[in-house]
Amino acid sequence: MAEFVESFLSQLAQTVLVVLIAPLMLGWVNQCRAWLQNRSGPGLLQPYRVLHKLFHKDALLAHNASVIFRAAPYIQFGCMVLAASIVPVLGTNLAFSPAADVIALVGVFALARVFSSLAAMDVGTAFGSLGARREMLVASLSEPALLMVFFTPLLIVQSSSLSSIVDALAHRDFAIYPSLAFAAVAFIMVLLAENARIPVDNPATHLELTMIHEALILEYSARHLALIEWATAVKLTVYCAIGIALFAPWGMVEGTNWLMFPAAAGALVIKLALAGTGLAVLETVSAKMRIFRAPEFLGMAFLFAVLGMLIRQLLGA
Amino acid sequence: MLPAAVPPLELIVGVVSYWMVIGLAGLLRPLSLYFVSRVLFPLGILGGMVLILAALQGVASQPADLVLPLGLPDLPFHIRLDPLAAVFVGLLGIAAVGISFFSAGYFRRVQGSPPGLLCLQYHLFLAAMTVVLLADDAYLFMVAWETMAITSYFLVTSNHKVPEIRSAGFLYLLIAHVGAIAILLCFGVLQGGQGNYTFAAMRQIELSAFWGSAAFALALFGFGAKAGLLPLHVWLPEAHPAAPSPISALMSGVMLKTAIYGILRVTFDLLQVQLWWWGVLALVLGLLTALFGVMFAAVQTDMKRLLAYSSIENIGVIVAGIGLTIIFHVYQQPHLAALSLVATLYHCLNHACFKSLLFMVTGSVLHSTHQRSLGKLGGLIRNMPWVAMTALIGSLAIAGLPPLNGFVSEWLLLQAFLFSPGIANPYLNMLVPVAAAALVLAAALSAYVMVKFYGVIFLGQYREPSLAEARDEGPWARAGLVWLSAWCVLLGILPVAVIRLLDNVTQPLVDFAIGSNLERTGWLLIAPISPERSSYGPLLFLLGITGTVLLTYFLVRRFYHGRERRVAAWDCGFPAQNARMQDTAEGFGQPIKQIFEPFFRIRRQMPGPFDARPTYSATTEDRLWYWLYLPVARLNERLAAWIGILQHGRIYLYLLYSFVTLLGLLMFML
Amino acid sequence: MTLSTQLINLMAALLLLIAFAMLAQRRILSLIHLFAWQGAVLTANSVIVAYSTGQTHLYYSALLTLALKVIVMPLILHRLIIRLNIKWDVETLINIPTTMLVGIALVVISFNVALPISQLAGTITRSTLGIAVAIVLLSFLMMITRRKAVPQVIGFLAMENGLFFAATSTTYGMPMVVELGIALDVLVGMLILGIFFFQVRQAFDSLDLKHMERLKEE
Repeated sequence: MAEFVESFLSQLAQTVLVVLIAPLMLGWVNQCRAWLQNRSGPGLLQPYRVLHKLFHKDALLAHNASVIFRAAPYIQFGCMVLAASIVPVLGTNLAFSPAADVIALVGVFALARVFSSLAAMDVGTAFGSLGARREMLVASLSEPALLMVFFTPLLIVQSSSLSSIVDALAHRDFAIYPSLAFAAVAFIMVLLAENARIPVDNPATHLELTMIHEALILEYSARHLALIEWATAVKLTVYCAIGIALFAPWGMVEGTNWLMFPAAAGALVIKLALAGTGLAVLETVSAKMRIFRAPEFLGMAFLFAVLGMLIRQLLGA
Repeated sequence: MLPAAVPPLELIVGVVSYWMVIGLAGLLRPLSLYFVSRVLFPLGILGGMVLILAALQGVASQPADLVLPLGLPDLPFHIRLDPLAAVFVGLLGIAAVGISFFSAGYFRRVQGSPPGLLCLQYHLFLAAMTVVLLADDAYLFMVAWETMAITSYFLVTSNHKVPEIRSAGFLYLLIAHVGAIAILLCFGVLQGGQGNYTFAAMRQIELSAFWGSAAFALALFGFGAKAGLLPLHVWLPEAHPAAPSPISALMSGVMLKTAIYGILRVTFDLLQVQLWWWGVLALVLGLLTALFGVMFAAVQTDMKRLLAYSSIENIGVIVAGIGLTIIFHVYQQPHLAALSLVATLYHCLNHACFKSLLFMVTGSVLHSTHQRSLGKLGGLIRNMPWVAMTALIGSLAIAGLPPLNGFVSEWLLLQAFLFSPGIANPYLNMLVPVAAAALVLAAALSAYVMVKFYGVIFLGQYREPSLAEARDEGPWARAGLVWLSAWCVLLGILPVAVIRLLDNVTQPLVDFAIGSNLERTGWLLIAPISPERSSYGPLLFLLGITGTVLLTYFLVRRFYHGRERRVAAWDCGFPAQNARMQDTAEGFGQPIKQIFEPFFRIRRQMPGPFDARPTYSATTEDRLWYWLYLPVARLNERLAAWIGILQHGRIYLYLLYSFVTLLGLLMFML
Repeated sequence: MTLSTQLINLMAALLLLIAFAMLAQRRILSLIHLFAWQGAVLTANSVIVAYSTGQTHLYYSALLTLALKVIVMPLILHRLIIRLNIKWDVETLINIPTTMLVGIALVVISFNVALPISQLAGTITRSTLGIAVAIVLLSFLMMITRRKAVPQVIGFLAMENGLFFAATSTTYGMPMVVELGIALDVLVGMLILGIFFFQVRQAFDSLDLKHMERLKEE
């Protein structure tokens, strides 16, 4: 019983941490992008200010917005918080982790995405349904690639539970695994596609015909929009955390050694900062692709992931 | 209580006779709609409930058999209830209860067949399907199979005044009989020259590899024709839209599963030895069917055709699961074989629930709006809240989203795929995980299709002004919809109980029961191999999501309670916005059509520069119709024309035929 | 696994990646750069094998590879395409995603074919034989699915790279005489093909090989 309480507390601490620092992660990425583009950015805490402003506004709903439109932001946020509680960020002793493995994690993201697409179709504007079908298209093509990416660590560790994967990979001697390298490249490509970053989608665009993810939230305002923006930031952070857990898992706490948590938190901050910088660099050097080049992009990611798996099976590396 | 005291097999036989009696009672007052829908259909519901109880008992008990004093003098009917049959009988019961509830409220006008006749055909259909599941000899099986085909033909052509419906029914009957011939030949091979057509005798016979493969191929062809496997699927998208919605629900939900039952029975029970390439064939065929079905579903504009193609996709997934089971069984991995068999059976149960639910939803929509095309619907969530909510549950379930039931079977199947590199064959070792990617692609595209289905019908604005008068369904239909939605939710959050029941099936067929693993983790989590390797806890999941949603809602309301105002839609400031500007069904399917263009046969008619009234039309058709069916039909016609030379109406030539035959017989006899 | 084995596995993985990248390229200039990279990785591989197994003749082999495949041949090809003015056009017979899927199938086949053979070899690099066979098959696929002449030549050269890698991985390289002979043959062959392309260009005004079909007897 005491074990369960400990793991529950460690779980709660990690989830709350991820949810709270997610806007900071977004702010860091935007700030890096601004520096790379030779301008001074809006500051690291800008997303918090935006959220604060949005929460205080009145919500404007279209006349024919139904209950799905109003419930979707809460469901999206709930799903992202659930995802944050499954992925090990500080330690692997999570009370909730047996409830979902990597496939269920993909399912959680799919649930959030389906609800946001349905909400976009709810008001019945042209741009909403345009965004919905593009989002579902990119999602359908990136899910096989994501599964293949998860498959390489799964082969190495013979487990699909993220905590077990982290435990096993963190304890291996440092060696060059080309299969994991290929899987990492594929994962980065899928991350860009799923989180609506350049080169698949421009998160800062205001041209409706080029939008994928932005088009889904055109009709939202006030607290609903705040929840959706927060959920997007949490999704990005969770994806980075998954990448860190699979490909750079050192520094995490085994069990509930409370003394090690600050060190693990420090390692996490450094890793996320590096990931954010990398993301900003990638976004700055690439241009957004046409929507129908996205299948080729995701096909390339699928290919990398399959190559990684085949190399693992042949070379054992 | 009576059902507990009576053995399950006798109980099921009782239900079958009860249904036949109700069906015949429909003939007493054939034209009275009230009698049929308020008395007879509700009575039929009781039969379904008893069937569920009997199935639960039958799954947990030993196989029981019985010889009925019916049939021909030397060929009496043998019936048998073993756990495999009991699972499918339970499936039939669940679907029958929901659909009978719905039908009681659905048939409001007399269109085509008189209601009494409809009642007869419906209940005979249900009875015939039950007998197919119970049959223990080839004779009874074929009798019940044919009865099933014929009653469903009459049900499909209920509205026989419309010519398209008649031709759809004809195509259905034709392919059903082609399949039936293959099944008959399969039984002929299985009896191995002994002349005894009971299944008990067939189980004892050892066939050589050639004849065993012949039997498997014939079974796959014959049962695949009924299930809608590629390339014998063409009747599904025609027959399901032509039939009345409750009948489509019954056909899609239950009849296709009797074909799956047939494949399972022949492959694992009647054939003693399986070969690895059968598994590869079934896997490849299943995956191709799944991808084909979902791609075509994405480009449809008729809501019932969309669901029919989606059924093809799910049957493909089920057959792929069967293929995987065969591969694991042949390579002596009983744990994984049991896992994939459980996943397959679970998916059968799930599909029966959510596909019947969705077809019933289309029936309600058709009733209130009289529109079948997706381009004329929209915004119905405001007028039909009950239908919309149950349709949401059904759509989320079929898209394979947690915590509903579609995700559980998909998760189990993916576990089986992903833990496959342990097989001795290196080619399969590397190709099976890539096949898993194809399965995930099909599953992700089915989410796309369901967003299209739900979004275009229920969300957005009314595409036709008459939709504002649509009204919700009555209490009987609502009961049916709620019954099946409840089963979707239950099967999603209590998988451990279901898997324990399904273990009784896998133990005799593949010699393993994964339920023994489940003892360690309790009823909350499924950990089919071991908790360290993978686990999923749907109830925790559901509680987690609802908990977080409620917590967020209350926190936001407590700290940031801003007001709400209703305004016109923003639409990026475009001034003139009407309902025609939202996506049509073709529009929503356009990305799939563009990316997967080589798989469709698209005929476009482009407007010319000098047209007085320019038109554009694009029809998407099935390539297999032109590659396979039309050439076969033309060959048939040519052969028939060639033989037809013999028939020319001149009497003296006919007399000459008899004369020549007589002469020939005399010469060769003496 | 020792460090040298890990590095060799890494080189093998990179070679496979380059072979796929060549299959997916749309521009001839990038093809030449990828070919140069392939040569560089092969050189590195030879050096590592030489260092870890003490076979000094592999150092000379690496030097030859560096000189020929990283410097001389890409230079010749570069000048060729500038004079022919065809930096960009690469047309394929079947579209690129399908080519990739066929490529994956070829990789699976070559891995499975090489498994029993590699168990017989006695070198530390024997598990990379499957990748070598895969590179040969992928380059062959590249030759088949291209319509213009220069990518076919590069495919031919890449095939030779694959064979070289196979030799390094199973028998620690070929005898020096054989290697020098092959290198000279390939060099001379490329020069002749260069002259040949000019003739083709003069006759048909284009390097598209489908014009050659007109040469059959009608």
